[in-house]
Amino acid sequence: MKIQHLTLTVAATIALGAMAASALAQSAARPAANPGDADGAFVVPYKFSEPDGEKLYRRVCAGCHMPDAKGAVGAGFYPALTKNPKLAAGGYPVYVVMKGLNGMPAIGGMMSDQQVADVVNYVRTHFGNKYKDAVTAADVKAAR
Amino acid sequence: MAEKPVLPMSKRDLLSLIGSTAGATAMYMAMTSLGQAQASPFKGPLKLDGDAKGASVLILGAGVAGMVAALELSRAGYKVQVLEYNDRVGGRSWTLRGGDTFTELGGQAQTCTFSPGNYINPGPWRIPWHHHGLVHYCNELGVALEPFTQLNYNAYLHSTKAFGGKPQRYGPLQADYYGHVSELLAKAVNKNALTEDVTSEDSAILLESLRSWGALDKNMRYVKGNATSDRRGWAKQPGGGLTAEPVPSEPMTLDTVLKSGLWRGIGGNLTYDHQYSIFQPVGGMDSVAKGFERAVGQLVRLNSKVTAIQQDEKGVTVSYDDTKSGAHLQAKADYCLCTIPLSILSQIESNVGDALNAAIHAVPYMPSIKVGLEFKRRFWEQDEQIYGGITSTDLPISQISYPSSNYGSKGPGVLLSAYTMGAYAYEFTSLAPAERVARTLEWGSQIHPQYKDEFLNGISVGWHRVPWTLGCFGIWTAETRAEHYKNLCQLDGRILLAGEHASYLGGWQEGGITSSLDAISRLHQRVMAG
Repeated sequence: MKIQHLTLTVAATIALGAMAASALAQSAARPAANPGDADGAFVVPYKFSEPDGEKLYRRVCAGCHMPDAKGAVGAGFYPALTKNPKLAAGGYPVYVVMKGLNGMPAIGGMMSDQQVADVVNYVRTHFGNKYKDAVTAADVKAAR
Repeated sequence: MAEKPVLPMSKRDLLSLIGSTAGATAMYMAMTSLGQAQASPFKGPLKLDGDAKGASVLILGAGVAGMVAALELSRAGYKVQVLEYNDRVGGRSWTLRGGDTFTELGGQAQTCTFSPGNYINPGPWRIPWHHHGLVHYCNELGVALEPFTQLNYNAYLHSTKAFGGKPQRYGPLQADYYGHVSELLAKAVNKNALTEDVTSEDSAILLESLRSWGALDKNMRYVKGNATSDRRGWAKQPGGGLTAEPVPSEPMTLDTVLKSGLWRGIGGNLTYDHQYSIFQPVGGMDSVAKGFERAVGQLVRLNSKVTAIQQDEKGVTVSYDDTKSGAHLQAKADYCLCTIPLSILSQIESNVGDALNAAIHAVPYMPSIKVGLEFKRRFWEQDEQIYGGITSTDLPISQISYPSSNYGSKGPGVLLSAYTMGAYAYEFTSLAPAERVARTLEWGSQIHPQYKDEFLNGISVGWHRVPWTLGCFGIWTAETRAEHYKNLCQLDGRILLAGEHASYLGGWQEGGITSSLDAISRLHQRVMAG
C-alpha cells in the first residue's frame, strides 16, 4: 500500500519535472516512517539500537565473529568466541569491546554501557561459554 | 495538510534529524576532512640514483603500494620479489564483473552475473585530479582514464524524514539554499547588522556578490522568476516554436529547505577530494592493477600467505604458505617492504622493534559495505534523466551511484546501490549476501520505484568479511597519529612499512602510492649509505 503510493507520487515527480519539487514541498508534513528493523538494526547510522545482547550479537558482532561465533580464517583471522577461556574474566571482553583490539574498532563507542554489558554477558553465557558472573553497566562505564 | 509547518519539531529532534539525514556518507566526509585527508605529497617521478649493488628487497602485498615499489626498485637495479595472498594482483584496486566469484570470510561465495561491460569497484572507485602519483602511474602504464561524475544536479537528495520521503533533485535544493542564504545575508547588510565586520565599501561589494551568487532580484529577494529558474530549473522549459515560452518554477521556502536537512548533502561535494576533475579507469579500477601487472607482474608470486617475518643483522626471512599446495616456504632478502594491512600484519608473528610493533597494533579498520545491483535497463537515464553522479539518502544504503560511462546504452546497467559506513555497515555485513541484496533492493525502491520490476541480480562486499583486509582501511585519530604514526613509517632494522595505512590519505590509493615512494626513497638512502 505504502509502496504503491510512493510509486505514484514519484512518478508524478518525474512527469512534472521541476514544478513538482516546490509543489510537493508544500505537502510534506506526513510523519516519516521509522526506517529501522524491529530488532533495532538500521535505526541510526552512528550508534547501535539493538535492545539486548542476543540481537546485538546477531546484527553486529556476527559480521566478523560469525553467527555461530566460530570466527573465520583468511590471510588473517577472527578469533572464535566459542568456549573461549579469554572470556573467563568479564573485564577482558568489556575492554576489547570498549577499546578495540588490532583491526577491531572500539565498537562499544557506538553502544550504551548497558548494551556493552548485555552483549558481553550474552557471549559469556552462550556458544559453549558458561560464565555466570554478569558484568554490569557500571563495570562498562568504569572502562569507558 | 498543506498549511501545517513542514516537520514540526523540537530543537533536539532537529539536531538528531540533521545527524541522521547526513547519514554515513556525511560521517565519512567529516572523517576524511577532519581526521584523514591531506594533499598528496607526490613530487613527480622517483629518481633512485646510484648503484644498488644487487641489494634485494622482498615486498609483501601486491596492491598499488607493493606494485609501485616493485616497479621503481626493479628499475633502480634492486632484486625484487613480491608475495601476494590473493590469486591476482591489485589488492583493494579491484573490480567485480560477470563471471567473478568472491568468497567472503565465513565461506559464503557470490558469483557475479553482470552482463559484459558492467562492473562495480568494491574498493576505491574514483581518482581526484590532485592524486598526482596515481594519475602519473596511470598515464605511464597506459591506464585509460575517463571522467567520474561526482556531482549531478539532476540526481537526488533524499531523506525519509523530509518531503514525505520523496527524493528531491539536487539542483533546485541547492539553488534555493544558496538563494535564501544570500537574501538573508543581504538583509543583514542592509540593516547595518554587519558594520563591525564589513566596511561600507565592502558592504556594497558584498551585496552585489550575493545578488550574483544567490540569483537575487533588484530588491535583493530570492523570488520566483526567470533569474531563479535559471538556477533551479523551470516549471516549463524554454523551447522553440509556438509553445516556446518558459514558465518559471516556484522556489521552496527557506523554512522548507532548512528543516529538510537536505542541505547537509551539499557540503560533501565542496570538499577537495570531491572536486572536479575526478577520474575513473575505463572498464573498472582493476585497470590500475593490470597496468602495474603488465610492468612488473612477473615479479609477483600469487597465493602466498605470509605467516612470519623475521629479521637479523644479515637480512629478512619471511615464512609463507602456498595456499594452493599447502607447502610451507621461505623467502629471504636484504630488506623487506611490507604493505600488508595492519589488521592482518598485527596477527603475523614478527620480531620488529617495540615502537613499530605498538604502531602495528594501534590501528583499527573501517567498516564499509558496497552493494552493486544490475537492472534490465538504465531507467535512471531513460525515465529520470540522471546521467552519472550520486544520490545521497539517510536510508541505510547511504548513496546510489549512477554509472559515469556508456550513457544511453540500451542494455542492462549496474548501480552502485549501497555504499555505507558506520553502524549500518556492521549491520549490513552481518546479513547473508542474498539478504544484503534484498534489503538494498527494498530501500532503493523508495527512491527509484522502478527497482523491483527492473532488477536482475546483485553482489555485495562487506569489507570486514574480506579475507585479506579484515576491514576497509585504517582508522587514525589525532591521538594515535601523535603516538604511533612516525614509528609506523620509520625503517625498523631491515623492515619498512607502506600502504594507505602509512599515509594521511587513508583509504585512497594515492596514500598507498605516496607512502611507498617515500618508504623506498628512505630505503634507498640507507642502501646508498652502505
